[in-house]
Amino acid sequence: MTVDLQPNIDSTLISVLETVSDPEIPVLTVLDMGVIREAIEIDKIVYIKLTPTYSGCPAMDVIGDDLKAAFSKVGKEARVELVLSPAWTTDWMSEAGKQKMEAYGIAPPLEETADKDALLGNAKIVKCTNCKSTNTRLVSQFGSTACKALFQCNECQEPFDYFKCLK
Amino acid sequence: MKDKNLYNYILGIADNSLILGQRLGELCGHGPNLETDIALTNISLDLFGQTRSYYQYAAKIAGNDKTEDDVAFLRIEREYRNVLLVEQPNTHFGYVIARQFLFDTFHLLLMEKLQNSGDEHLAAIAKKGIKEVSYHHRFSGDWIKRLGDGTDESHEKIQEAIDGLWRYTDELFHVTEDDALVIEAGIGVNVSQLKEEYYKQVSEILTEATLTVPENKYFAKGGKEGVHTEQMGYILAELQYMQRTYPNMNW
Ligand SMILES: [Zn+2]
Repeated sequence: MTVDLQPNIDSTLISVLETVSDPEIPVLTVLDMGVIREAIEIDKIVYIKLTPTYSGCPAMDVIGDDLKAAFSKVGKEARVELVLSPAWTTDWMSEAGKQKMEAYGIAPPLEETADKDALLGNAKIVKCTNCKSTNTRLVSQFGSTACKALFQCNECQEPFDYFKCLK
Repeated sequence: MKDKNLYNYILGIADNSLILGQRLGELCGHGPNLETDIALTNISLDLFGQTRSYYQYAAKIAGNDKTEDDVAFLRIEREYRNVLLVEQPNTHFGYVIARQFLFDTFHLLLMEKLQNSGDEHLAAIAKKGIKEVSYHHRFSGDWIKRLGDGTDESHEKIQEAIDGLWRYTDELFHVTEDDALVIEAGIGVNVSQLKEEYYKQVSEILTEATLTVPENKYFAKGGKEGVHTEQMGYILAELQYMQRTYPNMNW
């Protein structure tokens, strides 16, 4: 099953959307995360469809409020609706976003098969965010938030988060 | 209420996630080590997230300006439809893992089917939830093997927990009158058809973990009809405390 639906975003709204970041990973904008599925303006009102990364993601309520605040600053009212379908996948994260994530200290998601190998401990492929070695090991399938797993580098001993692939 | 059957059907799924999430939440800060503590509370959070989606939908069906919080906090014990398995206490880490594993295996099979529900809202919740539940299942299955095939003490304790909780597994496949109507409408999943596959999968992992598959003759049930074990009152006392003491309080 592949879900490669392009979000429907008015280009005039992008500059404002870019100012809203993920509260858990502040270097990433909501566009980098791919959680905005629709943003359209009709009669001065911005209608936004937001999709959660994980069902229980506590960041969603904050992102909704932040979006409303960002648009109110430019004199617009934003109405945010949470949509579940189609379900968010890590494929919707932008390439630029994945690079920013790595620089921030979180290993970005691998593709599905590689991810499974990494999380089952079958293959050493998750790259240490500190020294770039792939000689790393899984410490826990669950990290500081539900979307991440905890790894440690065998070379430089750095503990780091890996953003799990979600498909 | 117009869709009373559907409302009860949704609670039959959602209440399992709520009560198990609450049980796991009790372990916050009390896990055997930091990583496991974090994992169990992450699973709890996933379950609460799924619960919210179900309850928002159930509240809409209930009408009368009901909210997700009313559904979660303002029912009496007899109105909760969770199975007895999920309300069982965190006796020791073996029980936490055994309860999780026995539930996750069922939960994953249920989500696989619910994805194809004729109700697009339930299908969407299941499509989202299944990704999370497969992580839970991998986590609890790994721990079953680690404890079963670990030291003598870990083997003994996890076997004790499996034996102790086995009597609650049959209820997972019980179909209530409300369920039957919702299944007939092409919306609900006929859980009785998941039973064979469930015991096959559970037995495979228990065997791999060098554990003995229990052979019970008697099984307990009642949760799905609102008749709970003595554990439930204590859970609700804690879960509902704030809303009962300070009605309508908000963050
Ligand atoms: Zn390193």
